[in-house]
This record gives sequence, C-alpha cells and structure tokens, in this order.
Amino acid sequence: MKTGIGIFIAAACALGSSWCGLVLAPTLQLGGAKLEPVLNSSDMYPVQRTGDATLGLQIYRANGCAACHTEQVQQDGVACEVSLTGLGKNQADDFKRFAQSLQSLPEWQDFDKELAADFVNWNGTLPQVVIAKTDKETADKMADLLKAAGCKSETRVYAFGSDIARGWGVRHSVAADFLYDNPVQLGSIRAGPDLANVGVRLPDANIQLQHLYAPSAVAKNSTMPAFRYLFEVRKIGDAPSSSAVTLPKEFAPAAGYEVVPKPEAKELVDYLLSLRANVPLYEAPFTPVIAKP
Amino acid sequence: MNLNENKISPDAEINASLRVSLLALFGGAAVWLVVALLLGIAASLTFHLPDMFADCSCLTYGHAAPAANDALLYGFCIPAGLGVILWIIARLGQTPLALPIVPVVAANLWNLGVLIGLVGILFGQTSGHTWLEFCRASSVLLFTAFILIAVTAGATFGARRERELHPAHWFLFAALLWFPWIFATANLLLAPNQPVRGVVQPIIGWWFANNLVFVWTALVGIGIAFYLLPKIAARPLATTGYALFAFLTLIFFGSWCGIPIGAPVPAWLPTVSRVAGALLIMPLIAVAIIVVKTVCGAKVSCFGGPFSFTRFGIGSFIVSGLMDVAEICPRHSHVAEFTWFGPAQVQLQLLGFFAMIVFGAVYELLPGVMNRPLPFPKLAKTHFFLSLAGVALLVIPLAIGGIIQGIKLHDANISLADVNASTLLYFRISTTGQLFLLMGALLFTLNIFVMTIQWKIALFKTAFAAITAPLPASEVKA
Repeated sequence: MKTGIGIFIAAACALGSSWCGLVLAPTLQLGGAKLEPVLNSSDMYPVQRTGDATLGLQIYRANGCAACHTEQVQQDGVACEVSLTGLGKNQADDFKRFAQSLQSLPEWQDFDKELAADFVNWNGTLPQVVIAKTDKETADKMADLLKAAGCKSETRVYAFGSDIARGWGVRHSVAADFLYDNPVQLGSIRAGPDLANVGVRLPDANIQLQHLYAPSAVAKNSTMPAFRYLFEVRKIGDAPSSSAVTLPKEFAPAAGYEVVPKPEAKELVDYLLSLRANVPLYEAPFTPVIAKP
Repeated sequence: MNLNENKISPDAEINASLRVSLLALFGGAAVWLVVALLLGIAASLTFHLPDMFADCSCLTYGHAAPAANDALLYGFCIPAGLGVILWIIARLGQTPLALPIVPVVAANLWNLGVLIGLVGILFGQTSGHTWLEFCRASSVLLFTAFILIAVTAGATFGARRERELHPAHWFLFAALLWFPWIFATANLLLAPNQPVRGVVQPIIGWWFANNLVFVWTALVGIGIAFYLLPKIAARPLATTGYALFAFLTLIFFGSWCGIPIGAPVPAWLPTVSRVAGALLIMPLIAVAIIVVKTVCGAKVSCFGGPFSFTRFGIGSFIVSGLMDVAEICPRHSHVAEFTWFGPAQVQLQLLGFFAMIVFGAVYELLPGVMNRPLPFPKLAKTHFFLSLAGVALLVIPLAIGGIIQGIKLHDANISLADVNASTLLYFRISTTGQLFLLMGALLFTLNIFVMTIQWKIALFKTAFAAITAPLPASEVKA
C-alpha cells in the first residue's frame, strides 16, 4: 500500500510539473504582455480592431474558419541583402569589372556565383542586388566597400521561407500579433491559405465578399465551401442596393435579383481586412519596402 | 443492497452492481460514436462537393468537423472508458460497485452535456479552442458527471476486499485525477468573459489538447490493456517494474508535449515540448516490450474477439506515438505541420487505439456483467474486421496525403490549389474508411441495444410472472 501512495504522489508531481511549465509559466511570462514598439518608429503594435472587425472575429469563430485556415506565417530565417542604388562617379562597366574582381578575393569567395551571375547581363539598371541572403556582418562589409568605391548602397533585412515566398506575409507571426484576439485561433491545418496577412494581400472588400459567396469565382477549383447563408438574394427594389456584391456572370443571380451581404458577412470581411501583420518588430525584424510615389 | 449477500457468489454480486451503470454509460457512448462518425462523414463531404452545405450553416466543414471530433472524444471515448474503469476497479478490488446509482445519474448528465455542446457547435456556439469547443453549460455538466464517476471509482477502490494493487490501478487513477485537473484549468483560463491574454490561450489550448487526446487516452487505454491482456492470456503482466517505468515516463514526458514547432510563442516552449517528445520514445518501447512479453506464446484462439481488439489497439498506440514523435523530429517536423498528418495521428489515437481497446473490453465484460451471452457474437467479430479496415483506410491515406501536402506546401512554386488537388484523392479514400468504421459502430450499437432490450424484457417477464403468479387457493374467493 505504501508503494501505492508513493506512486500516486510521483504521478501527481509529474503531471503537476507540466501544469507549472506549460500553464503557469507562460501565464506569468506573457499574461501581462503590453503593446510593442514598431521598429524605427514611434508607433505601437498591435492596433485595436474596429468594432465591426471585432464582431467579425466572432463570426470567424462561430463558423469554424480556423478548421481550415491558419493565422501563423512561418519563416526559415532572416537575412540581409545589399543593393546598389547609385553609382556615384563610376560607370556601369567599371562597376561590373569591380564586382568581378571581388570574386577572386578569398573573403568573397562564398558569394562567387552571385557576384558573377548577377552582373553578367547587367546593363546598369538600378537598384541592383549585389549580395543577398547573407548575415549582417558581411552585408556591412560590402556596404563599406561600396561606400569606399564611391557608390551608394542600401542594406535591407528580410525574412525568407516558403510562406514568405508564397506571399502570405512579410515576416513570421509573433506573440504580439494576437494581443487583442479573443479567442486566439491560430489554426492547425492549411486546407486553405494562411490568413495572418490577408488584409494586406487582398485588401478589396468586394473580392472578399465574392470569395465568401462563391469561392470558385475568385479561386478556380477552390475546395472552400460556399458561405451563401451569409448573404441574401433578393429582388432589386427601386434602386440596386449600394452594398450588393458584384459577381462574375456565371455566379450572378437571376436578372432582377441582387446578392446583398448580411451584417455577418460584412463583419467577417472587416475582420479579414484587419489581419495585417506587416510591421517590423524586435523579434521579427525586416526592412519595410516603402512604395515610391 | 442485496440482503442475501452471503449466499451469492462475489462475482455475481459484482456483476449485478455494475449492470445498470455500465449499460447507461456504454449505451450513450455507442450512440455518440455513431453520431460522431456520421458528422465526420458530413464534414468530409465538403471535400467531395464544396457547395453542398452552402445554404445550411450547421453542416459546413467548420461546424461539422469540430462537432465530429468532440462527439467522438467526449461522447464516446470518455464515458466508455469510464465504464470500463469502473468495471476494472470493481473486479480488481473484488467488491461490488459502491454508490451504484451515482454513475447512472452521471451518465445521464454527461450525455445531456454532450448533447448541449454538440447542438451549440452546430449552431455556432463554440469557444473557438480546439477540443474545447463545448459551451460553458455543457462543460459544467461534463465536469460534474466526471467527478461523480471518479468519486464512485474512489469509493469502490476504498471498499476493496483484495488489497493488492495492480499496475492498471496507477494508470486508471492517474487518468481520473488528470482529466478534472486539465479540464478545469482549460475551462477556467480560456473562459469567454475573462480569458488569459494573447498567445497564452493557444499555449494552454495545446497543453490541454495533448494531455486529453494523447496522455489521457493513453493512460486509460493502456491501463485497460494491462488488465485485459493478462486476464485473457491467463498469465501475469510482464513485468510490474517495466509497467512502472512506462507509467512514469508516459505521464512525465507525455504531458510536456504538444506545443508545435514554429508556433508564435517564446522559443523555449516548443523546445521543451520537443525534448519531451523525443523522450516519449521510452514509454513506447516499454509498452511494446510489456505487451510482447505478456502476449507472445499465449495460447488464446481468438479470431476477431476481445484479444484481437486489444492487441490491435496497442499496436495502433505504438504507431500513433511514433507519429507524434515524428511530428517533432527536427528535420522532418516542418513537413507534417499544418497538414492532414496531424488529424491522421489523432484519428489513429482515438479510433485505432482507444476505441479498439474499449470495444475489446466491452465485448469481454458485457456477457459476464449482463449474465447472458452476446446476442450477435458473429457481428462482434465482423465489427473487428470492419474497424481494422476502417482505421487502415482512414489513417494511412490521410497520413500519406499529409506528407505529400507538406512537401508541396514547402515548395512555393506549387500553387495552393495544386497542393490541395494532390491531397484530394487521399482525403476521399479516407472517407471510405469512415464508412467502414460507421458500419462497425452500428454493429457495436446493435449488440449493446439488443442486449439491453433482452435484459429489460427478462426483467419485465420476471416482474410479470411475480404479479400473475396464481395466488394460494386459500386466498382465492369463490
């Protein structure tokens, strides 16, 4: 009997240890998480959602969207890239020769192929990537070298990986992205695309509505079920409703009818458009691309 | 209680005390199993005909898939497991069930809770946390019912006449302790009005899901198997020392797993989970050694009977555990992430391992407890082969499809539509597996319900005979 009690206590301790480790410790570490500063900016992240988007999160929950969609972009790593933005007093051909001369130097031998391939057919267009997928130290060294040669260069930090290459996001998802979510629905299956950054990727509300009403109208051969119950097909009254969804011909309702989203559909789209994990943070750095006017 | 306690044999007494409780638990469980498989089939229809439920919100994939999972785990696995636990504790203690009415009440509360929870999910009242979708009211009912049954089990254990402890006791009591612990923690911390913030929610959710779906079912399933296998094979468990090792390593390493690699949480969490996952190989090996040593050489002719069920269940457990380990294996883990590989492992754990062990135990215990043979013993054997085919057809294609999906997802040049198209075939094959499982579940339900009806008819006949028995001549008026 004594061994029985001993085993029971050992078991309770073993089970309790996981409770302390995976429930108590994360609560203490992250339970009081606050807004995080955006890198190189005075802004704080994340921004509270609008009322409709917050309601939309509940539509997302109630319809079990997380059964097929994740909200977590992953990356394989972060790298630096140095690109040439100005030649200064040099000529393009001079620079070409300069780049080729670097190949023979032992410290640039690792970048042998890039330096060669990138500059063979280069006709002087700027900006031109000099080295990519490198660490900070090497990038700085190259930047110094270019500066010494009288050229202008830019060093960019970027995340890479298959999710990033698919355009699902610009950096991996981090804890701060989910500060305002309740419930937090990270999802575990990608039967559909990742949605962590869908508000940036597909910012058109009408396309989102089309996609909910008839997924194959937007994505061919989509396996997503249609969510027609979030819409109302009704007779056009005196004038067409301003919120009616414009649909391609084969998905449009009969003549004289229009498809009007119910409030749930609008809120859900507001929520989807509020998914914008696109600012650099301390634990997920990258250099934002500033769109040139 | 029975007044002629000294006159009847202890076995008959134990069986009589268990009868109503077990029928209530198994009957409900069997119905929920059928419901779960029907919902599962409805969910997978989305991948055959995406527009099928476009105008009916309740049966779209997002509603039906979580409902199917919850119906399987909460509707079938837990109550059926609890029934078998009560039986084992009464048998091992050589004592009738204490408080025999309590499990009947608990079974009804439990079934009500599952019903409320499932209807809630189908109509959008879900918490949004995987394996914890049931609404608050339903969670309270489930918790109460579980505590009632755990108290009954404890009281029966306290009143035991055979003082010796069996390894099954460790596993089963750990399970009785662990479920209320994790269920209460998860429900209180993820409560809809005052939840923990941000990613602490999914962390607790993963901890809960892993501990319920993997650790809890492993504790109960292996506990049952460690009791059943030696009993059927008529030889002792080999050996208690190995069993203790398997038990402690399983709860220690198993309970730390579950945080996926690459999750947007502090890096130490997935790392700890990963180490624990790698060490999970130890209890798997120990369980395999114990079962092989206990079973091999036993002369049991059992073609599709309880022995086959239990052995298949343990085999599935080892494979499911290895799949769990593979998911955290450093080089290949990313391939399995976000694919059908995960659901394949869960289905193997629940349907291939846990359900098979419970089926075996029920077929083994029911004739004794009911004091009558199974009404359709051949259908019980058919059930084994249907389940075997069903599990194989469900899990293997899903796992292969998942790996293919994972490899293609990591090639950014393959569009998502093409990735999905390549897994569709595997997914569709797995639906046939669900159909086989459904047929098997129907046979299981048939056996249980016909047996219940036969028992009720017999009860009624006895009562009727007592009423209609001719009165002594002296009392008959002329």
